[in-house]
Amino acid sequence: MEYLPNIIFVLLLLAGVGYFASNIKKMIRNIQLGKKVDRSDRKGERFAQMARIALGQSKMVRRPIAGFLHVIVYVGFVIINIEVFEIIIDGITGQHRIFAPYLGGVYDVLIAIFEILAFLVVATVVIFWLRRNVMNIKRLMMGELKGWPKNDANYILYFEVVLMTLFLTMNAADLSIQEGVMAGRFTSEAATHYVNAGSFPISGFIAPLFDGMSFESLLIIERTCWWLHIAGILIFLNYLYWSKHLHIMLAFPNVYFAKLTPKGQFTNMAAVTKEVKMMMDPNADPFAASDPNDADEVPAALGANDIFDLDQVQLLNAYTCTECGRCTSECPANITGKKLSPRKIMMDTRDRLEEVGAVINKEGVWNDDGKTLLNDYITTEELWACTTCNACVEACPIGIDPLSIIIEMRRYLVLENSAAPSELNVTMSNIENNGAPWPYNQMDRLNWVNE
Amino acid sequence: MSNNLVVPTAAEFIALGKQPEVLFWVGCSGSFDDRAKKITKAFVKLLNKAGVEFAVLGAEESCSGDPAKRAGNEFLFQMQAMMNIEVLNGYEIKKIVTACPHCFNTLKNEYPELGGNYEVIHHTSFLKDLISTGRLTIEGGKFKGKKITYHDPCYLGRANDIYEAPRELIEKLDAALIEMKRSRRNGLCCGAGGAQMFKEPEPGNKDINIERTDEAIDTGADIIAAGCPFCNTMMTDGIKAAEKEGNVEVMDIAELIASANDL
Repeated sequence: MEYLPNIIFVLLLLAGVGYFASNIKKMIRNIQLGKKVDRSDRKGERFAQMARIALGQSKMVRRPIAGFLHVIVYVGFVIINIEVFEIIIDGITGQHRIFAPYLGGVYDVLIAIFEILAFLVVATVVIFWLRRNVMNIKRLMMGELKGWPKNDANYILYFEVVLMTLFLTMNAADLSIQEGVMAGRFTSEAATHYVNAGSFPISGFIAPLFDGMSFESLLIIERTCWWLHIAGILIFLNYLYWSKHLHIMLAFPNVYFAKLTPKGQFTNMAAVTKEVKMMMDPNADPFAASDPNDADEVPAALGANDIFDLDQVQLLNAYTCTECGRCTSECPANITGKKLSPRKIMMDTRDRLEEVGAVINKEGVWNDDGKTLLNDYITTEELWACTTCNACVEACPIGIDPLSIIIEMRRYLVLENSAAPSELNVTMSNIENNGAPWPYNQMDRLNWVNE
Repeated sequence: MSNNLVVPTAAEFIALGKQPEVLFWVGCSGSFDDRAKKITKAFVKLLNKAGVEFAVLGAEESCSGDPAKRAGNEFLFQMQAMMNIEVLNGYEIKKIVTACPHCFNTLKNEYPELGGNYEVIHHTSFLKDLISTGRLTIEGGKFKGKKITYHDPCYLGRANDIYEAPRELIEKLDAALIEMKRSRRNGLCCGAGGAQMFKEPEPGNKDINIERTDEAIDTGADIIAAGCPFCNTMMTDGIKAAEKEGNVEVMDIAELIASANDL
């Protein structure tokens, strides 16, 4: 019976991490529904970009208020995880504050830093909540956030407050026990298990609430907070998969794999190149048998009609999006009241990907459900409102490229469905016939010299 | 009136057994749009004055394919690109200058994969080089005391990270360069990119060019400087809509410099 808590802890840990891992496996499977894309080049630059933008938050702070607040929560999250590491080892081994004897004075400093960060995180999260629910910040209240996305954002904030409060309360009870032991009031073996370690600049203010409590009561408070805290972390970990909060992990690979070529450079469609070359080659035989090596190659659709037609980085983008709306708030089309919102493009892509994934989870294989990303999620009106100005790409703090998805879907509309807006059809036939988007004769291109 | 322009074609260079220093890619706007033709002429005057041995393709030039590519018509884009590349490679062109950021972006970034590898330069960078090498000088006096705001074309700025060359040229005019709130990487699009130039905007509550022109007018500038024929059209329309035609003028950087030099 002595080891019961350790066993329960290990089982809880395995269940929490295991379920999360199984969902991440599903996520990876879903991302692999997209087309392969080679981003194995320029590794040094990619690491540097990841260090600067993801680790260093360089694009977050372009908006100073939100950026500064985010850095607090980010730093708090990363550093407090050192304490979570200790808690996990304590839980497995049945020790208490196992790092303390090894670190001595450094341990006190660390605990003090964790506490201050925990307090700052709570304060910041309160501001975030106010920004999201009270302050009428436009990008945080737009239509696409109605329902689940807004709830999701708030749940994350509640989670963080609860976890930090549990952490601080746990420390306060621990401190009270330590003080009781020091004062000689608590002498049992269970009490002396609470080594005199740590420095408690924040929970020191909570501890007086526990004045006069018996060791047994303090032990119940401390243990309850300890267990709820670690259980809460495991629940939060598993919540990530269902939430926009996945960015805390995916921001790193997402920035690593982000496009490094100039923003204005759109991808070249190799399948089209092949056809155009054949058309322009006077010696090509249009009826020649296709290359036997290509025989098992199913001719893919040109452009994107559904998530299967997007590439894996685009699908990773969708899972990474945190729905902050910086893209949309910079989008010229959105600013002037058009339907297009780059954030919605990313949210729709993820929703559709999850929908497809759910079918595969249930039936083992993909069976067409009669829906597509195009039309069922993203309308042509949204796609044709884009000016391809790259403001959304520039605005994204973690390297998401909504424009590339818009262009792939335009390609599908034009190349597979011949469904461009009629004015553009006129433009394109002018280009085809006259070499200019307007109906002028190519032979007149130099007339300006003598006008 | 501009009969003194010297505009040789690449074919004429070849006939003389010579190679131009640079090819001036005029673009469709620069060739056919009445407003943009003035930009083309201003730039040619500057090239002539600096003694640059440039050539144009003339009737052998065709649309770069930018609007087709942005509209999703990759097929048409690649047809255009490959035809142009055949012509450019035929003349063994190595260096291209253009006053259109859309052509600039397409030629520079999207032609290489189709076999067209050139050093492509936007005319503002080219003019800056002419000045820094002493081949061209700017007379600043004409714009002294004028307030100029610069509108970043998306395909020059964000798309290719060129923000400073146009600004350095404006500063050489002795004018006061005032920035709009949204400038450089945060610059707001004029509304023409992505083939929007050739279609009606989707339903909304404002046109993008009005939003942008209002922002430019709010700076109190006398002149809105642009570096793109599409932006020029959109901002000029915006000025008309705001009934500010007498007060604010939209000018290309090349026009500003040509005008400063009384060309």
